[in-house]
Amino acid sequence: MSADPKGVLTGTHFLDGDHAACEGALAAGCRFVAGYPITPSTEIVERFAARIPLVGGVFIQMEDELAASIAIQGAVWGGKKVLNVTSGPGLSLMMEHLGYAAMTETPSVWIDVQRGGPSTGLPTLPAQADMMQIKWGSHGDYEIIALSPNSPQECFDLTIRAFNLAEEYRCPVFVMMDEVVGHMTERVVIPPADQIEITERKWTKKKPGEFRLYGTTETDLVPEMVKAGDGYRVHVTGLTHDDRGYPSMTVPTQARLVPRLLDKIRTNASKLVDVRMDGCEGADVIVVSFGITSRVASAAIDSARAQGLKVGHLRLVICWPFPAALIQQLTATAKAFVVPELNMGQMVQEVRQAVNGTAKVVSVPHPGGTVHDPGTILDAIVEAAR
Amino acid sequence: MSESLELHLAGEESALDNPVLPYLRQDRIPHIWCPGCGIGTSVNCFCRALTDSALDLDKLAIVSGIGCTGRTAGYLNLDSFHTTHGRAIPFATGLKLANPELNVVVYSGDGDLFAIGGNHFFHAARRNMDLLVICVNNFTYGMTGGQVAPTTPVGPTQTTMPLGNFENPFNLPFIADACGATYVARWTVYHVRQLAKAMKEGLLKKGFRFIEVMAPCPTLYSRRNRLGDGVDQVKYYKENSVIKNGIDTKDIGLGYQGEIVVGKFVDRERPTWLEAMDDHFSAVLGDRYTPYGPMREGE
Repeated sequence: MSADPKGVLTGTHFLDGDHAACEGALAAGCRFVAGYPITPSTEIVERFAARIPLVGGVFIQMEDELAASIAIQGAVWGGKKVLNVTSGPGLSLMMEHLGYAAMTETPSVWIDVQRGGPSTGLPTLPAQADMMQIKWGSHGDYEIIALSPNSPQECFDLTIRAFNLAEEYRCPVFVMMDEVVGHMTERVVIPPADQIEITERKWTKKKPGEFRLYGTTETDLVPEMVKAGDGYRVHVTGLTHDDRGYPSMTVPTQARLVPRLLDKIRTNASKLVDVRMDGCEGADVIVVSFGITSRVASAAIDSARAQGLKVGHLRLVICWPFPAALIQQLTATAKAFVVPELNMGQMVQEVRQAVNGTAKVVSVPHPGGTVHDPGTILDAIVEAAR
Repeated sequence: MSESLELHLAGEESALDNPVLPYLRQDRIPHIWCPGCGIGTSVNCFCRALTDSALDLDKLAIVSGIGCTGRTAGYLNLDSFHTTHGRAIPFATGLKLANPELNVVVYSGDGDLFAIGGNHFFHAARRNMDLLVICVNNFTYGMTGGQVAPTTPVGPTQTTMPLGNFENPFNLPFIADACGATYVARWTVYHVRQLAKAMKEGLLKKGFRFIEVMAPCPTLYSRRNRLGDGVDQVKYYKENSVIKNGIDTKDIGLGYQGEIVVGKFVDRERPTWLEAMDDHFSAVLGDRYTPYGPMREGE
């Protein structure tokens, strides 16, 4: 189905990434945000608060991030599409509710505008250092999907994509922005509503009595959904539960539930590969990047090519699930991978694991606060090409 | 001999046996609560209130946090949500705002609502979020084995206050009153008729409504402090309760085995959060405002 025109600000705009992400959410049908202000993400909820009375929906500023990240989940079970917005310290507070969303299969979009950490760190300056936290930060085993925009236009486009993926897979879907992408202002084109494809919630057609809250089949691991007030009298719990949603703290129930929560993402990993490849075929060195760092890397790659080096660029648009199989294939020709990122070496571990010793992997870490000097990435490329 | 008892003795099961049964998920019984625990009695009263209020049960949702009382949601045959520790109120806030047609009840314990979840209680009451909050206060952390709670009176022993509690407890109705609740009452599980009536009033009223229910935890509170079993605690409630409707809530803090002031303390009108939002945006934005959902009954 196409987007509700009420939420779509069709036209060409000059927007920063935060504002563009908010418009993406509205275009995707998000009509509920429970926010808590935190730099550098605040502009997203500020814009939502101003826009939503005109569109029809609710914004409420909660008392803390714990409240925000669970209020949105209450709203999902009330029937709304929802957005959760935060940055580092807030994300840390939200970890328990990330697990609740994964466990209860509550479709929700989480935007993290990354800033320097740990702790209060660098509130107004960029980093990409939450990449492992979203994957592993809540206790227990779970899977998420994460997208990484590198421009305000992509903040708009990928936020819509995130909403669609959340409905398709019923899991938390992250849009991993950073302070630079959030605050850089560029041209953003918002298409007409009828050109924006929206994935509807997977509402059940079964009647109460026939419906099982977490009923799945061997070929479809994503259960159908209902909302409160429709007569289904569902029970939703963060406890280990059976297909009725009833608590069942037994080894067999755990063994059925947890692998399914992982497999509904993992068995679709090949469908969830989204990368932008430039000159990777026949390249000796491939730079693997994501988010704002991909734009800095492009400058370094241009310089390396000017020196006659055969350098490819693989940009991750979907970071989680990580496209390990694709990286593995590239080791057939590439002899080295260079991984610049605004952290001290997170996604490079995934590249290392995928490459598994068959090619050199060079990390180009950065503690955050600004973007890389392209010269640093260039030096790493030159070194890797030797 | 009552008709239902006669039927029961004759071996004929009937809905007359227990008017509460239709409200329970019978495939989830037996429950986990200990013999003598007061939570079940409170649920009994709640089910009677559901009958008396004649609400559409398909439009009623119940939200619990974590703990013994937090298990209530799972036993009631309603749309029910067992959330994270302390966060029943913000979950319920999202649920109510997303679907204003729902009557949303938060049913949880004193540790859940007033220790880990305390901040949310204050703000939901301040905003006059349209929720009925029922707090079963057993003065202890039951599920984790009897640790000190923000409601534990000064004196009794708890596993994390092995020499007796020396912290000052909260006076829950006073907090609810100060934060702006539209309805505040306290009853014990001895007062089943009054409690069921208060729950009915709470279900039918708008705004942030709060009912404290004093309930025994014989396993981890009473017995450990040589206060007897559940029945002994209910006798204590019976002999030491004084009904003082409308009394100033600042004067009704609970001491250790002292006087228990019960009654309806607050019953007032304030616009709910959604009504305030609707009024404000209508006034400020006029025709540019897109009205949201059924803001008021009958609309």
